[in-house]
Amino acid sequence: MPIPSDHIVKSFDEELKHLNQIIAQMGGLAEAQLQTAIEALVRRDANLATQAVQSDARIDELEHQVDSLSIRMLALRQPMARDLREVVAALKIASDIERIGDYAANVGKRAVVLAQVPPMRPVHVIPRMGRMVQAIIKDVLDAYVEHNADKAVGAWERDEEVDEMYTSLFRELLTYMMEDPRNIGPCTHLLFIAKNIERIGDHATNIAETVHFLVHGRTIEAARPKGDMTSFAMVSPPDAGGPETDKS
Amino acid sequence: MAIVTERPNLEASGDAPPDRAERPVKISARGVDVFYGTKQALKSVDLDIRENEVTALIGPSGCGKSTFLRCLNRMNDVIESARVSGTILLDGQDIYDRDLDVVMLRARVGMVFQKPNPFPKSIYDNVAYGPRIHGLGASRAELDEIVMTSLERAGLLAEVKDRLQEPGTGLSGGQQQRLCIARAIAVNPEVILMDEPCSALDPIATARVEELIDELRENYTIVIVTHSMQQAARVSQRTAFFHLGELIEVGDTEQIFTSPRDERTQGYITGRFG
Repeated sequence: MPIPSDHIVKSFDEELKHLNQIIAQMGGLAEAQLQTAIEALVRRDANLATQAVQSDARIDELEHQVDSLSIRMLALRQPMARDLREVVAALKIASDIERIGDYAANVGKRAVVLAQVPPMRPVHVIPRMGRMVQAIIKDVLDAYVEHNADKAVGAWERDEEVDEMYTSLFRELLTYMMEDPRNIGPCTHLLFIAKNIERIGDHATNIAETVHFLVHGRTIEAARPKGDMTSFAMVSPPDAGGPETDKS
Repeated sequence: MAIVTERPNLEASGDAPPDRAERPVKISARGVDVFYGTKQALKSVDLDIRENEVTALIGPSGCGKSTFLRCLNRMNDVIESARVSGTILLDGQDIYDRDLDVVMLRARVGMVFQKPNPFPKSIYDNVAYGPRIHGLGASRAELDEIVMTSLERAGLLAEVKDRLQEPGTGLSGGQQQRLCIARAIAVNPEVILMDEPCSALDPIATARVEELIDELRENYTIVIVTHSMQQAARVSQRTAFFHLGELIEVGDTEQIFTSPRDERTQGYITGRFG
């Protein structure tokens, strides 16, 4: 006997569809928000940066909608198996997208400040990192909409490149700061911007893991690829007797 | 000045906790077919029931779950047109062996039915009935002890201890069902079969019976047929899904209700057919 894809109770299907639609909408907004924030940084456009900060409110509002719809469905439908995973995945993904929105807004805030000071060279590395993360977000959201676990895993694996790019940028920014203390202010902002983008990549990775769980009912077995080495970095001044050469 | 990056060893040490130990098999069914006349109600069912666990049998009406349950204490023997083949072992012993005493089997494998069916006797006599015919409780004191213990284990003693001589049929539905459970455990069975034991009960009485099932698991092996998937999810450790006379899937309850392997299980428990 073929198994019907629809529920006997039609309104349940409609609620699930609605839930998917809100998530897709949130994802689209977060993608656009990140793009706007990075664009504003590159163009040194404070107005555009402000737009990126403001669009966060709409994402938060949609997250509340996902929360209340999910809780309602858990209480009233008591979903099982795939349906249960759909609702739990929606809750988790909405929270990841909300965090992505927060980080993108923070990139926007710092872009406003950086627009007021002379331009720094590493600003050009950031859009590259940003584009990479945007592509990952786009892929994981497509994977969610299509329920495509392979696509999610593909995106999941690419987060390592973002981490590596962040590690390299981190070192570059430290060098600038060591060269001239006047760089410390803008470089710190750039460092936080890069960190925000790297964190956005991590949340995209979470979403990829959730999509895998949604489709297969189990978590990805491999260890998450990690290329962020900045937590272990230390600057040692020359008179401290530390190693003179860069060992990493 | 230099930037040094060295990754310290952050790996956790120690062994991972072991998985939940698998309990020994109490009942083992292999290739069980059941026919009612020419209609095949069960098709080559292989299923192991583990000791001191609650196994829930679920599936749409007419899927064979109650038929399978009734095979486990040969209740199908009383249906004239029913024919059972295959093997069912209880502690390794074939329960369809010609030399096996069916009355003894049913003492070892007790049953609780959908509708509470107390005898038209006193509460005391309802519970004492089984022990008397099985020659348990030689003296009055011993019999009293069995009745009290059984009512206590069925979570009913506190509610009825002052009216043991009143008719069992005067109790509420939930109390009657717990009386039937007390009657089933009075003969000291090893396995208790329950055929939709809560379908005639309100939610509070249902919760009491479910709590009781969880307590009984410590001393008995329990097999329960239920139409309520929430109930199966709440009370059982293992769940078996039947469809059109076949056992489609059996697994840990958690796995069946979060990520069933078979599309048919998925379709049934998510309300897509049935």
